[in-house]
Amino acid sequence: MATDHFPIEAGHIMLFARSIGDDNPIYHDANAATGTEPGHVIPPPTFVQASAQFTDGYVLRPVVGEPWFGSGKEPTGVKRESSGGGGGTGFHAEQHYEYHAPIQPGDVLKAVDKPGNSWSREGRRGGTLKFNESITEYYNQDGVLVVTARSVGVQTSRVVE
Amino acid sequence: MPLSKANLSVGDQHSEQVVDNLTRTQIIQYAGASGDYNPLHTDEIFTTKVAGYPTVFAHGMLSMGLTGKMLTNYVGDGRLTNYGVRFVSQVWPGDSLTATATVEDIREEDGVSLVDLSVSTINQDGAEVVKGTATARIDD
Repeated sequence: MATDHFPIEAGHIMLFARSIGDDNPIYHDANAATGTEPGHVIPPPTFVQASAQFTDGYVLRPVVGEPWFGSGKEPTGVKRESSGGGGGTGFHAEQHYEYHAPIQPGDVLKAVDKPGNSWSREGRRGGTLKFNESITEYYNQDGVLVVTARSVGVQTSRVVE
Repeated sequence: MPLSKANLSVGDQHSEQVVDNLTRTQIIQYAGASGDYNPLHTDEIFTTKVAGYPTVFAHGMLSMGLTGKMLTNYVGDGRLTNYGVRFVSQVWPGDSLTATATVEDIREEDGVSLVDLSVSTINQDGAEVVKGTATARIDD
């Protein structure tokens, strides 16, 4: 999720809040937000995940001119190597946030990735599970650490039943 | 209204239904806003024919976001200091989710009053989909 330029924009916050079904005015109404404790529009607590929009080479966003693994004429636009009947999938297993300082529209964040741990274990539903942790620190334009995110991904060896 | 120490007790609970009959459209809204365009969440043909799942399913981060709505409604805007979850089970179109926060501890750190919460979100069948913890600043 590393990026040098994650602009915090009011419209983006509004769309994100809508997508989680949250009509709290502090996410879309600058006038109403002046009467709140923060005193300005703020993003919902999970908003920094949307830094994916500003991360170069983010693998879950189609790239102009390149094949995409979702469906078009065919069920997938990318021929997968024969995987020996695997059918495993990558999933998001855990997500943790620490909030250090407020964020508001007009801020421009920088996201820095830090290495995390890796481990594996046998799962009940998805075969062997391989876990990978990544840590992302978000700094604002003044160099203040605003959010620390810790994400754990898991790769299953077969379809989760 | 932010929570205050005087009115809180260990064991207090706050619950909200955070989505009723989750639609594929809402999952698409989340994909568009978050930037996670994984077809497993939005592309029925890919998900059933290539990935082998019965239908598309919600981003884990959508269920965390929905659960977070209950938290911010409970603790107040801008009050969270920590929020973390484990994604326990998949969330499918048509699911209705209820999120609950339970007060685990009320404490002070560096002169700031805090509440520690356990967080659990269940679907319409009572199966837990998200399990986590949160901490928020509270008034004295």
